[in-house]
Amino acid sequence: MNTELQPPDRNLASAQVRQIVEAGLARRYRRERRFRAYGLLSVVSGVLFLGFLLATIALNGYSAFRQTKLQLDLDLDPVVLGLGDGADAGVLASADYQAVVKASLGRLFPQVVGRKERRELNALVSASAGYILRDMVVAHPELVGRRITAWLPADDTVDMLFKGRVGRGPDAGGQLNQAQLAWVDELIADGRIALRFNTAFFTNGDSREPEMAGIWGGTKGSFFMLLVTLVLSFPLGVSAAIYLEEFAPRNRWVDFIEVNINNLAAVPSIVFGLLGLAVFINFFGLPRSAPLVGGLVLSLMTLPVIIIASRAALRAVPPSVREAALGIGSSPMQMVFHHVLPLAMPGMLTGAIIGMARALGESAPLLMVGMVAFIVDVPSTPLDPATVLPVQIYLWADSPERAFAERTSAAILVLLGFLLVMNMAAVWLRSRFERHW
Amino acid sequence: MASRISTTMDAAAFVAPAGGGEPGTVGDIHASDPVITVRGGNVHYGETHALKNVSLDIGRNEVVALIGPSGCGKSTFIRCLNRMNDTIEGARVTGEFRLDGQDIYAPEMDVVMLRTRVGMVFQKPNPFAKSIYENVAYGPRIHGLARSRSELDDIVYGSLRRAGLLDEVKDRLDRPGTGLSGGQQQRLCIARAIAVNPEVILMDEPCSALDPIATARIEDLIDELSQNYAIAIVTHSMQQAARVSRRVAYFHLGMLVEVGATDKIFTNPSHRLTEDYVTGRFG
Repeated sequence: MNTELQPPDRNLASAQVRQIVEAGLARRYRRERRFRAYGLLSVVSGVLFLGFLLATIALNGYSAFRQTKLQLDLDLDPVVLGLGDGADAGVLASADYQAVVKASLGRLFPQVVGRKERRELNALVSASAGYILRDMVVAHPELVGRRITAWLPADDTVDMLFKGRVGRGPDAGGQLNQAQLAWVDELIADGRIALRFNTAFFTNGDSREPEMAGIWGGTKGSFFMLLVTLVLSFPLGVSAAIYLEEFAPRNRWVDFIEVNINNLAAVPSIVFGLLGLAVFINFFGLPRSAPLVGGLVLSLMTLPVIIIASRAALRAVPPSVREAALGIGSSPMQMVFHHVLPLAMPGMLTGAIIGMARALGESAPLLMVGMVAFIVDVPSTPLDPATVLPVQIYLWADSPERAFAERTSAAILVLLGFLLVMNMAAVWLRSRFERHW
Repeated sequence: MASRISTTMDAAAFVAPAGGGEPGTVGDIHASDPVITVRGGNVHYGETHALKNVSLDIGRNEVVALIGPSGCGKSTFIRCLNRMNDTIEGARVTGEFRLDGQDIYAPEMDVVMLRTRVGMVFQKPNPFAKSIYENVAYGPRIHGLARSRSELDDIVYGSLRRAGLLDEVKDRLDRPGTGLSGGQQQRLCIARAIAVNPEVILMDEPCSALDPIATARIEDLIDELSQNYAIAIVTHSMQQAARVSRRVAYFHLGMLVEVGATDKIFTNPSHRLTEDYVTGRFG
């Protein structure tokens, strides 16, 4: 043996050892305490930032779930509506309901006579009030000729004032003039202005009028898009993972594919949008702004995530399971489908849901395929033009009206709610499948 | 340290005897009614030569114990007999391996068929993540051995009975197999292996994870099973080898050093390496 490698005998007496260890103990514990303090500090600051973010969004957004409404006595006079005697549905739908609303306001403030003043008065109620009235009457034609009392949405300027989001003067962000403020005060004194639950926010599509704008269009668009993404990327991703992990020969081609899948997961998402624009829309001629195209693009983005998560889940299945199955004479496919896959499923599902959650929050690639368009109609198929929740948030955040600010935050709250539900579903599925031994 | 070096040198001498002839195995490698015959078996894992020119027979209704220090190739040897080495990357098997005269490594030998005929019990109990019933029924089911539910029931109950497990689990056949104790799990694995009625059962240290009582039960079971099956058992326990086997094969550094009747190996081994090992001077 090489003597140079053998140091002289330097074994210390046990008393000496104890002395040395004791001297170092304090330092060791100090280090550990410091390390724990750092960890605690980072956790606390992370929680603080998150709490601050959520609190800000919630404080900005909670008020959008309620809408300021005006109580108006509406005289559904066929003459004012411009209806003849025979009022069928088509005529009813095209009647002048805004005139009824204006007449109702006129009766409340008979002193307002000037043309300009009348217009300012009418501006207190939403410009879409007539459409709401129309839907009401078309659904119940027997209302024609009667006087009804209804709560109609106020204009967003009144809404902001009543919610205290803006002050009274232009300095405080208010957009009402002195006369309008006086009318509003009078209406408040009469108890004709109140906050009501904002149904329109949950049932409407986008609108230029903040009081009429809703998230239903974006929600349905997101739903269709995620459906397309899930249907495409989950089966493809899981199949690819199974093949690569269990059946593929180990050669240069497979290595090449693996490297590329890993690279694909790191590609900026907007690049997928450009690819979708070039391939799906320009080459294959699929419709613009359609959730189908958005889903295809996001499938490309989600696929590597699902493949990587699924392969990790397959690799985590202990080899003893495979040996047991092979040892009893399973074919490789029986081994995978009867034994390995059930054990890997929770991991795969978690990966898929996390990929889906990422897709739900994605906006950049969708801008490229036209989902950023202003679309009022709620989509009814994946081929209809639509937008999605994150893009809706982006559009509202970009709007000048003050009332869109709270709606932006409210939409973010809804989106976060969906994400929370998806992540909880991932946790639930995981625990459920794992309990299945 | 020193003793290890000297044994390595002995082994080197053993590979190439002074006369320059072929390295050989001491003792009789033949069995009277062989079901498995191996001649000149070699296994390489990449650069490692894990099994060197091994020849051995395993007879019908015979228990052969494979002993030797860790890494000596005994597990590698039995994994060749049902081609479990196929699953290991870079494993290369050469030589003649025959089951009932059929070449195990011939292209026309179907691996699924082979593993049905040569069952295996692993070192760590590895029941499927299914119910006790399903664990045993799985093999017959995938091979289509039962035409009806009652036939399947018969196979499952019979296998559990032969594995000495039926009385302990008959009230909870629908409970997960992974919920049993270690010894019960291992007997469940044995029941699973015999449910497809193999000709040979390979056991890779089946008791190394079990306590002495569970070990004793498995050993009794091996004794009973040997009336119907050929069994090759790898073990680190010389007492176990002495208790359950009729013949013992001693492996060393990938070579089969000595084969002989169990009492002869333990009382009067011919090779010095075997003697060192069984007397506890090495290993």
